Amino acid sequence: MKTTGAKLLRTLLERQGIRTIPGIPGGAILPFYDALHGSAIRHVLARHEQGAGFIAQGMARATGRAAACLATSGPGATNLLTAIADARLDSVPLVAITGQVSQALIGTDAFQEVDTYGLTLPITKHNFLVRSASELLETVPLAFQMAESGRPGPVVIDVPKDVQNEEIDVGLLPEPGRATEADPCSENEIGALARQLMAARRPVLYLGGGVISSGAAGLACSLAHRLSAPAVCTLMALGAMPPSDPLFMGMLGMHAAEGTNLLLEEADFLFAIGSRFDDRATGRVADFCPRATVAHIDIDRAEIGKIRRPFLGLVGDAAPILGRLLERLPAQDRPGWPARAAELRSTHPLRHPPREEEPLHPLNVCRFLGEALPPDAIVTTDVGQHQMWVAQAYPVRRPRGLLTSGGLGTMGFGLPAAIGASLAMPGRRVACVSGDGSILMNIQELATLAELDLPVAVLVFNNAQLGLVRQQQELFYSRRYEASRFGSAPDFAALARAFGVRGARLDPDGDPLAELAAILASPGPCVIDIPIHEAANVLPMVPPGAANRNMIVESETASSHA
Amino acid sequence: MPDPIFNPKAPASVIELLVRNHPGTMSHITGLFSRRAFNLESIVCVPVDGGATSRILLLVPDEPRLEQVERQLEKLYDVLELRLRRDLGPEFFAGIAGLMRQEALDPNIS
Repeated sequence: MKTTGAKLLRTLLERQGIRTIPGIPGGAILPFYDALHGSAIRHVLARHEQGAGFIAQGMARATGRAAACLATSGPGATNLLTAIADARLDSVPLVAITGQVSQALIGTDAFQEVDTYGLTLPITKHNFLVRSASELLETVPLAFQMAESGRPGPVVIDVPKDVQNEEIDVGLLPEPGRATEADPCSENEIGALARQLMAARRPVLYLGGGVISSGAAGLACSLAHRLSAPAVCTLMALGAMPPSDPLFMGMLGMHAAEGTNLLLEEADFLFAIGSRFDDRATGRVADFCPRATVAHIDIDRAEIGKIRRPFLGLVGDAAPILGRLLERLPAQDRPGWPARAAELRSTHPLRHPPREEEPLHPLNVCRFLGEALPPDAIVTTDVGQHQMWVAQAYPVRRPRGLLTSGGLGTMGFGLPAAIGASLAMPGRRVACVSGDGSILMNIQELATLAELDLPVAVLVFNNAQLGLVRQQQELFYSRRYEASRFGSAPDFAALARAFGVRGARLDPDGDPLAELAAILASPGPCVIDIPIHEAANVLPMVPPGAANRNMIVESETASSHA
Repeated sequence: MPDPIFNPKAPASVIELLVRNHPGTMSHITGLFSRRAFNLESIVCVPVDGGATSRILLLVPDEPRLEQVERQLEKLYDVLELRLRRDLGPEFFAGIAGLMRQEALDPNIS
């Protein structure tokens, strides 16, 4: 079959099951765009390559399958970098395809030439610079296989323009690349872990994003109940356990509820499943779970012992490991321990004014969203105070129900990720909870949203601040507010209308939550500007670098702390 | 005078890698060391197997993170095999450094 590199790339993507691909065209990738003409692949035109990258991430995070995105050489590729680095830190399967100047021009400082291979080297699982059209036959399936296998992550394929234009005679096409299965653990390892779990008196499960990637959420819940062990979640694992479960203790770490961190102080056994002991979760590592023996399972061998050396470390996929554990473990009744967890939870609730008094307190809004949105809604966030309020108070009811930038902490993630989630999950209501700082970082994607007319609601928690920066300046820099307050703010409702999207600003003096519910109930995209108190803080807060037991729980305490 | 870097008494290990031989491999390996703040004292690379693969010897100081260095290296797609060469030590690299110094002093080698 006679074809070109560009058409071959399109065919290989079609065979991978790619149906939607976000991107922005440009000179060095035009041959591929020409090949897309008439293809079954639907191209989604983003308004900035970072938006395209996060739209693809939204698709991948919502489905668990690798998504692809497109950019041209030079600035197209550099604009993608943040989305690629973000996918790396949160282990999201992403295949980014970039155009490159023709090979004869590489190294000559040609127009829109940048060393995409060199730039993406430290932020990908792997990257390729394709040197001939025939290499695509191996590279494309391999890229998808690598993105989805083991610990998922981003892969970049940089394709010079002459490779796209190269004419090639292709015989048999390769099989699409698919996730490979991790090697199973030995019976001895499973047996040793089961014995440890049975011997523990106060075990806690510490669930990470790997539980979601592995599809092991249901098994983790069963294990918690089998062992009568409370479970804490990292930000990336929220949704692994139903928020109504009596053993669910919410998010641990810097912005955990007080009782959650205190429970970890008392635990004598910590079972880490697909979590990586991130500093936002552990606080000062030397003081993290000081009384606990640690067992750790992870699909990435390098994570075991990276931060804390476990007594027992198992390398493998969480779902089969938990399944095999459940086959061995009899039900265990630890009467005092779940009761102690419940006591810690009920004696240390999140502190905030009741809904009747302050309906637009951020925690009240997040709780209300849990009532107003359908149970299968997908919530995305940006990064900052609003993100932590969602993590504390929005009930994430299912795996992949919350999509958020955890590791890299990228402001600007929420809106394009919401568009991607909506593209991947048609019919589901998607809400992007953002802040007035974050939303401006990819606001141009409102144009994409208007064009696609997707059921995405954007909620802007508006305090006219970079709130989490202001909070840290209040708590740790003696209230010297530098560059954290906005001198002027856009009218977000008017801005939305200018883009062709419904816009509204809630009136705090009316019945703002009823107004919010009414807006969410009507179909199509919208932007809702929600004025919140400028001094509201995310509490509790563990000061960066401190032990998790040292939580600031009230603003007054906080100011004397500063 | 012995080169202080190659003090044979300084605890260091030699890691041998078998890698795919293509233009980006060395960047992947050295980039890993710089971005994870691992120390890398010396590196020697020779193509083998008709140029399809290369063998690389890395001299890395012994420190608690050595195991983490090995595990991160093993994750690289281009790294096909990794083993510790307990039979080699800093003196191997000191020998190569000696050859380079001789060459630098020899006016007949340009």
